[in-house]
Amino acid sequence: MVNHKNIIEVKNLVKKYGSFVANDNLTFEVKESEIFGFLGANGAGKTTTLKILSGLSYPTFGDVNIAGFDVYREREKVKRNIGYMSQKFSLYEDLTVKENIRFYGGIYGLSGRYIKEKTEDLLKRLKMEDIKDKLINSLPLGWKQKIAFSVAIFHNPKIVFLDEPTGGVDPITRRDFWEMIYEASNTGITVFVTTHYMDEAEYCDRVCIMDQGRIEAINTPSLLKKQYNAKNMDEVFIKIAR
Amino acid sequence: MKKILYILQKEFIQVFRNKTMLPMIFGVPIIQLVVLVHAATLEMKSIDLYIVDKDLSSLSTKLVNKFEGSPFYTISGRSFSIDQANKEIENNKADVILHIPNGFEHNLIRNNSSEIQLLIDGINGTAANLINAYSISVISDFNKNIIVDLTQMPKMAEMEPISIQTSFWYNPELNYKTYMLPGILVILVTIISLFMTAMNIVREKEMGTIEQINVTPIRKYEFIIGKLVPFMIIALFELAFGLTIGKIFFHIPIVGSVGLLFGFTLVYLLVVLSLGLFISTLASTQQQVMFISFFFMLVFILMSGIFTPTESMPLWAQRVNIINPFYYYMRVIRMILLKGSEFWDISREFFSLLIYGTIMLSLATWRYRKVA
Amino acid sequence: MKRFLGFVKKEFNHIFRDYRTMLILFGMPIAQILIFGYVVSNEIKDIRIAIYDKSKDNVTQEITNKLLASDFFILDRNIINDSQIEEAFKSGNIREVIIFEPHFAEKLEREGKAGIQILADASDANTANIVSNYTSAIVKTYMRNELMKGSFPYEIETKIQILYNKEMKGVYMFVPGTMALILMLVSAMMTSISIAREKEMGTMEVLLVSPLRPLHIVLGKVIPYIGLAFVNALVIIALSYFVFGMPIHGSLTFLLIETLLFILMALSLGILISTASNNQMVAMFISMFALMLPTMLLSGFIFPIENMPKVLQWLSAIMPAKYFIIIVKNIMIKGSGIAVVWKETLYLIGLTILFLAISVKKFKVRLE
Repeated sequence: MVNHKNIIEVKNLVKKYGSFVANDNLTFEVKESEIFGFLGANGAGKTTTLKILSGLSYPTFGDVNIAGFDVYREREKVKRNIGYMSQKFSLYEDLTVKENIRFYGGIYGLSGRYIKEKTEDLLKRLKMEDIKDKLINSLPLGWKQKIAFSVAIFHNPKIVFLDEPTGGVDPITRRDFWEMIYEASNTGITVFVTTHYMDEAEYCDRVCIMDQGRIEAINTPSLLKKQYNAKNMDEVFIKIAR
Repeated sequence: MKKILYILQKEFIQVFRNKTMLPMIFGVPIIQLVVLVHAATLEMKSIDLYIVDKDLSSLSTKLVNKFEGSPFYTISGRSFSIDQANKEIENNKADVILHIPNGFEHNLIRNNSSEIQLLIDGINGTAANLINAYSISVISDFNKNIIVDLTQMPKMAEMEPISIQTSFWYNPELNYKTYMLPGILVILVTIISLFMTAMNIVREKEMGTIEQINVTPIRKYEFIIGKLVPFMIIALFELAFGLTIGKIFFHIPIVGSVGLLFGFTLVYLLVVLSLGLFISTLASTQQQVMFISFFFMLVFILMSGIFTPTESMPLWAQRVNIINPFYYYMRVIRMILLKGSEFWDISREFFSLLIYGTIMLSLATWRYRKVA
Repeated sequence: MKRFLGFVKKEFNHIFRDYRTMLILFGMPIAQILIFGYVVSNEIKDIRIAIYDKSKDNVTQEITNKLLASDFFILDRNIINDSQIEEAFKSGNIREVIIFEPHFAEKLEREGKAGIQILADASDANTANIVSNYTSAIVKTYMRNELMKGSFPYEIETKIQILYNKEMKGVYMFVPGTMALILMLVSAMMTSISIAREKEMGTMEVLLVSPLRPLHIVLGKVIPYIGLAFVNALVIIALSYFVFGMPIHGSLTFLLIETLLFILMALSLGILISTASNNQMVAMFISMFALMLPTMLLSGFIFPIENMPKVLQWLSAIMPAKYFIIIVKNIMIKGSGIAVVWKETLYLIGLTILFLAISVKKFKVRLE
């Protein structure tokens, strides 16, 4: 991990909505194939940052560089290299598992044969071959989230952005989900994940803690715990928030 | 290009999978077409006539018989009291009262002129107008016969120096259905295509799936084409279906070129669908879309000339009609179907809509943001 | 109760915060009334005609002048040969061609007879009929005044008296019609969609597991629309009274009570539609097709019901809008009270109860 180069570079990023400052002068880097946790309470500004990094929203000020491309000028190139899974649900409820994968693969410009092969492969790995023709709305939440994640990295992006991906699912499914994140990270995909579950922070290579639009701390979980003299990330967070 | 095909595929699956939507798109509008075409008629079929004949002479009886013999009138009652007759109108039992005063025959023969009275329920202005015209023509017909009988003069027609001969082109029987069917078809095709496009995109906004599409490298134009084409196809299919029904069940003449009609429809749909797209960029919920579209639909339909001639409207209304897509299409569909107008005849409408469609589409594309 | 009030307040905020919808909600009745009042009328004006004068003498000129002096017609073009007739019709600019036969004045002088031919474009049957009638009437008037000098013997003079609506104003028809249409739209359509929305977004489940009772949820969704629809009705009544001089001969209170009844009926219909649809688009299409066009065409608001085929008359007999229109007309124009419209009122009450009963039943089935 030491010699990896930066894949996300953010310098002096500011985002304002009128007079409200959602992101106040953020500067940080994310390294290639790292799992980077973006932590903070609701309303801390995590989703705003995520939307800017994934090209859904313009920054008010500052430089943002994703996979070597500038988010102002090379927006479409940025998009080719990223995957995104939103907190709101992003699969079509009235399409089947297979149809969803085919649709998203298709609009990324992947070839029909590639999509077909990779879909079969994917379903096998997820052990979802039996349900490939089931409508999304008939599946439990945890399954939907696994599929949504698979769809987000289906086109082999360099980075995947996950916005509170595990909201509302049981601990076991969360565990499974993190297994998938590790797997993706092992294939070289950089994972940028926002969460407000502090236990999940422990799974990240590095975390960044945000409060009221500002970065309060950024480091590996173990160093943060040492620095704040805390038993776990929960305590770290509470100490920072005070 | 291939990306567009994937969007088309997805849209069609979604439309055809929804079991409640299918009959809404293909069944209900056709039923509406069949039913409503019958409703849209201004021919009076049964006018309820109440008789107050105070004369009871041979002439007054003849006049009453003449009304009785007409297929348009039903005698709803008789009495000698006008008050009684007025009550009947008030209770909606009668539409019109024929009042023949005492001395009607006497006056006519002695004094060369006489008077009768028609009292018409005026609440429904349209119906009252028609009843008025029908009744007057029955009476004047009766009058002519009397004159011929009493004076032994040659036929009335020959007394009039100028003969007027009226012929109705393209629809000699003045069949309302021939006229209304294309009009109602236009409304149905427009409702389906406009609402489906606008609501479809806003639905993606509401469900959050639009965000997922916005992070992909798909180009704006690919997305927009992918969204417009399915509804264009559905609308064209709807038009073909409606025309077939019109042809088979209502014997609507299709005088002009069907190809020209579909070509023109394509340009029309460009306008309507771009409007739908534009509305969807303004709205954030389906409820808003529905309301905004509904408002414009209502205004546009009423002003389109489906019920009344547009040139009789006040000038400002005619100016507003420049941006009313219904106005162009209502004219052209009737011109092509019933009169056999050719491209040259409709070129002004064609190019107006083409320009209009291009402007709307650019506006909608410009307003549609992948990035906030 | 407090919880319930809080919920109603939330729903109110939801609606009122959406300024676009509010704008349209209040713009719609105003625009519609103005369009009916000023734009859509059966009056014929500025109809473009072509004249094919094969004679070109002083009589045909005089008749032409008489025709064009009326407000009804505008001369679009003069035609000089037969092939131009079809051309003129196909270009869609004219609705009528008037043909004077050759040597018109001469024939009139020598034989006492001359002919005029009216060709009307009956692809718009209604207008063609009116236009040709007007043309004949103008020619006949000319004939009587100029050529026949004096009246016929044994003439029956018909005095026409239009009851209740002396100036044959369209207001009497379109005000009740617009009220029915708008109230139906606001109440039935909006409620059905707003409930279907909760279902579609999955928030209905959240509401159902909340301590609010299902009845309260539905009531809470519906109450704001009662208010909106009622304000809309007031706007329409005020506009028609002040701008178009529509009388209110009956009791205003009674009129408002009947209006409220109709709104309640429409709301229960909206609830019924929402129980049958699982998403907003379906709710919208059902409302649109089941409500909008039938209300416009089958309630007797544009086309008289008596003229329709029997089957449609039966269909129209179940349209609640038809009865509401009858009630409004009776109250406003004839000044009738409950004694005259009790049957219609009863029907609306019956429908309301029926719709609610079915909805409640469907609702329960789904919960089990």
